[in-house]
Amino acid sequence: MSDNISVKKRESLFSAQNLKLLKGPFNDNNPITVQVLGICSALAVTVQMKPAIVMALSVMIVTAFSNLIISIMRNGIPPSIRIIVQLVVIAALVIIVDQLLKAFVYDVSKKLSVFVGLIITNCILMGRLEAFAMANKPWQSFLDGIGNGLGYGLILVVVSFFRELLGYGKILGMQVIPDSFYQAGYVNNGMMILPPMALITVGTIIWIQRSKNRDLIEK
Amino acid sequence: MFSNKYIFIYSSVMVVVVAIALAIAAIQLKPFQENNKRVEKMQNILSSVNIESTVKNAEELYKKYITETYVVNNKGEKIENVKAFDIDLYYELKKKPEERQLPVYISKMDNGDTAFVVALRGKGLWGPIWGYIAFKTDMNTVIGSMFDHKGETPGLGAEIDGKAFQSQFQNKVIFDESGKFTSIQTVKGGAKDGDMHGVDAISGGTITSKGLEKMLFDCLTDYQGFLTKNKKQ
Repeated sequence: MSDNISVKKRESLFSAQNLKLLKGPFNDNNPITVQVLGICSALAVTVQMKPAIVMALSVMIVTAFSNLIISIMRNGIPPSIRIIVQLVVIAALVIIVDQLLKAFVYDVSKKLSVFVGLIITNCILMGRLEAFAMANKPWQSFLDGIGNGLGYGLILVVVSFFRELLGYGKILGMQVIPDSFYQAGYVNNGMMILPPMALITVGTIIWIQRSKNRDLIEK
Repeated sequence: MFSNKYIFIYSSVMVVVVAIALAIAAIQLKPFQENNKRVEKMQNILSSVNIESTVKNAEELYKKYITETYVVNNKGEKIENVKAFDIDLYYELKKKPEERQLPVYISKMDNGDTAFVVALRGKGLWGPIWGYIAFKTDMNTVIGSMFDHKGETPGLGAEIDGKAFQSQFQNKVIFDESGKFTSIQTVKGGAKDGDMHGVDAISGGTITSKGLEKMLFDCLTDYQGFLTKNKKQ
């Protein structure tokens, strides 16, 4: 807490600098489309929107709090075992999140199955801890964690929106494509339910993003 | 700058703190998790007698419709002092057939009929599959069925948990006219019209379909003693 207060004295909690930490991951620094991290789970849990949203929230909670905890501990962590310390923090948080999901949103936790546990191996987490939390103050690290979690979540929600819409004709479990379409010969695209189409959807998002933001194109 | 002693103490303290935190979380959340599993099981049993339930009303509906439960062995004799609801088929199927304890749930339905629900468990392609199947008092005609799976391929094998697949089992029979046990087959390419022992297998889900067929055959074989003994003509 004392850290937070001292930050407050020098600059406001949501200064332009800090807001950039939150917003960056939405576009220029998106963990999935730009850093290409965490692709595996993004392909696996985006068949329907509800599990995708729960997964996004779980990842956000874990990135935010592991960043915060590691940042608070950063000066005491011996460099020789820092990766182990980071993993212990991540693993503990992920197990707690997994247990909470099993207790309170059981149906969703069944759909997410192993992928909640696999948040531990999600590169976004280790990446942010190594690159940011080890060298920055707790509040900034917390914001960075929230930002990256949201950036990851945004892609998950967009991908799952298209997959659920085209694959099942539903959004959040509610039928949106009317019966008359099906009677007229419209068929749900079974391909959308399978992982390859998730990869293609993510690819399309990357394509659109890069055509709008030319700075991202590698020379 | 950090001595070995510091590193050892640091990591030991960290591990102990994390272990305590996780233990507390696990113990505190256990009752909720157990309850979720219980409610899910009730929903599954109700679903096999074609009663839709939600997480909220499952307990109430279960009390209303499932009037009696008991446990039988593979000869159809009742085993006393064992609660059917607490039986986990996973452990029972590891025992020798004659030692297995098999749960039976009896449901009084709205139209006055009685349904006998038996439990199933087997192997799919990627992991376990399980379910419940309900019979009329002739212990032959299927009233309804419910199947679920741990991790079959979405869109393919996973379709066994869908209504489209499960509703096919209604009114099928597991004994032929001479009284021989035939179970129900999943037929590749689609069951012929009027096939009383066959349902359409799932396209692209052959191994799951075959696993389900084997599950029905194996588990119903265990129940055969019970089924033939309690048959009403």
